[in-house]
Amino acid sequence: MWEQIRANQRRSVVLITGLAMILVVMGLVIGYAFGGPEGGVIGVLVATLIWVVQLFAAFAGGEKLLISSLNARELARDDSPRLFNIVEEMVIASGLGYMPRILLIDEQAPNAFAIGTKPETSAIAVTSGLMVRLNRDELQGVIAHEVGHLMNRDVRFMTIAAVMLGTIIILSEIMWQTVRFGGRINTRSSSRDSGAAQFQVVMLLLAVTVGILGPFLARILYFAASREREYLADACSAQYTRYPEGLASALEKISRGAKSLTVSRAIAPMFIVNPRAAATDDEPSDNMFSSHPATVKRVRVLRAMGGGAGLAAYEEAYRKTLNKGLFGSRSLAEAPAVEVRQGSDEGPIESRQEAKATVQRKAGYLAVHCDCGMEMRVPPVFENEEVVCIRCGSKIPLPPLAERYKQHLAEYGVDPNGSPADDPANMEPLQYARQGGGWETVACSCGNHIQLGPAFRAPRLRCPKCKRKIQVNQPAGR
Amino acid sequence: MGVGIALLVILGLAVVVLLWAVGIYNSLVRLKNEVDNGWAQIDVQLKRRYDLIPNLVETVKGYASHERETLEKVIQARNMAMSAAGPAEQAAAENMLTNTLKSLFALSEAYPDLKANTNFLALQEELVATENKISFSRQFYNDRVMMFNTAIEVFPANMVANFFPGKFTKREFFETTEAAEREAVQVKF
Repeated sequence: MWEQIRANQRRSVVLITGLAMILVVMGLVIGYAFGGPEGGVIGVLVATLIWVVQLFAAFAGGEKLLISSLNARELARDDSPRLFNIVEEMVIASGLGYMPRILLIDEQAPNAFAIGTKPETSAIAVTSGLMVRLNRDELQGVIAHEVGHLMNRDVRFMTIAAVMLGTIIILSEIMWQTVRFGGRINTRSSSRDSGAAQFQVVMLLLAVTVGILGPFLARILYFAASREREYLADACSAQYTRYPEGLASALEKISRGAKSLTVSRAIAPMFIVNPRAAATDDEPSDNMFSSHPATVKRVRVLRAMGGGAGLAAYEEAYRKTLNKGLFGSRSLAEAPAVEVRQGSDEGPIESRQEAKATVQRKAGYLAVHCDCGMEMRVPPVFENEEVVCIRCGSKIPLPPLAERYKQHLAEYGVDPNGSPADDPANMEPLQYARQGGGWETVACSCGNHIQLGPAFRAPRLRCPKCKRKIQVNQPAGR
Repeated sequence: MGVGIALLVILGLAVVVLLWAVGIYNSLVRLKNEVDNGWAQIDVQLKRRYDLIPNLVETVKGYASHERETLEKVIQARNMAMSAAGPAEQAAAENMLTNTLKSLFALSEAYPDLKANTNFLALQEELVATENKISFSRQFYNDRVMMFNTAIEVFPANMVANFFPGKFTKREFFETTEAAEREAVQVKF
């Protein structure tokens, strides 16, 4: 939507300029306080340099790092056709023009986020907890919200802003360290001239003030922008799905099931609800330093849209609920008025089944198809050689366990128990026949010797060194 | 000297106006392409629906072969919709397809084995999603047509639009009531 992107861009320029000004002023004042006029110039240069270097780092490999840190797996179409279809529907509805990658995080806390500063790297990630809890309409609302973030180019924008905020915090940190350990630098020059000394003191006080106020102001700016972007993405979601209730009830479910995820502060604004907030029973609220608006407020706005689903209806609901404007009326002149559609009658059960299937398939479960049309998934550690169909009762033979292990290993690079197959921990148990009831020594294949006491009665143990299983056959009569 | 400056100012103004017109023109072209793209998207999804139907019929046949009559009707309706010429005929054919699909899905209710078949479930999901995609692409198309039609009518962009006769003409909305052939099936399982 042009008008909305344009409104966004105006706000983005304001925010970035504000942050840049704070950055430059901090560099200037801190540099000046410690090194005179030349120091001021150097301070500005250093501040810019830190920013550029960090920005480069954030754009170069931020996504990969994030994906691996969250243990996200990329999904193929066959893994989760439903989720793929929902994303495709929203890509069509929004006119995004490209298909983002889809990632699954095996995590109980329901949440979702969008990442990627470029179309090729952008991805939408959902947790399995989200898929399990939401029905189709709700999932659609959440995906539309994330597609809205991609449409509004929020990821790129918030990355730039987060890096600026980070640089400002680093600068103030540098200043504090210098004040604490480097006080001597100024005293030498100031001893000659009391006027200059006074000036130095004033500059130092100014630097301290800027050091305190800079990060404070920058945080306020940054989080205000972050919260606004959430509302914007909500508005987009309502518009794409034509069904604000879907997102509203999804948000309620998500906030009810909220559990904190370990994610960095910089990407927290990309999540649908704040991933760093811990679950509490009392009504969550937002303040100047929240990355997300309070979920109750968002739900209230969505439900106040009164039969409309367009940006204009959202703007009106926003104004009614929160007594201020979001887009500004000018940008909405061309926005088409749209009406809410009917919800789908699909229950959460399909979603839950598919979520489970997706997670299990990604965890290396073997899909077994019965002739009656039933699909069962067998865990990789399942030791039986056949499985009984839970519907028609017929027995389906499975490939030998060793073969399943091998296949699993080839596909996932780890053995079903989570460690390489040549690890002694996964070898066949070592057989040891107990001679009598006294002290005995078991020689493990790794060369380790294990003492068994007279009181040892357990049927098996693990070698403490190589973790190989050892089957202890007690003599008859014991 | 004075004349020279005046000339420069006029030239500068002309350049500014030209750049502005180029900007408007480009944004109009972009909108027009989006409208075309939206139209193509609808066709893609309709075609996808045609492709899915034979598979669906095959799967159902395995469980309910004695419902031959319903199955044949679906195939017939699909073939008619595909070969329809002209909007009126197309509308009638797509309506018929919609109705026969409805009866096919109603029929599946009577066969629990069919409803538990993974193949059938996958096809069901694909058909639901395709119906959704048809309605979302229609929604996208209509939004863009609205924006495009507004863009070429408002001042001053209409001056640029009128400068290229035939290139920027008002587009028609895709009304479901007018064009019943694009109507999505309400799939109920």
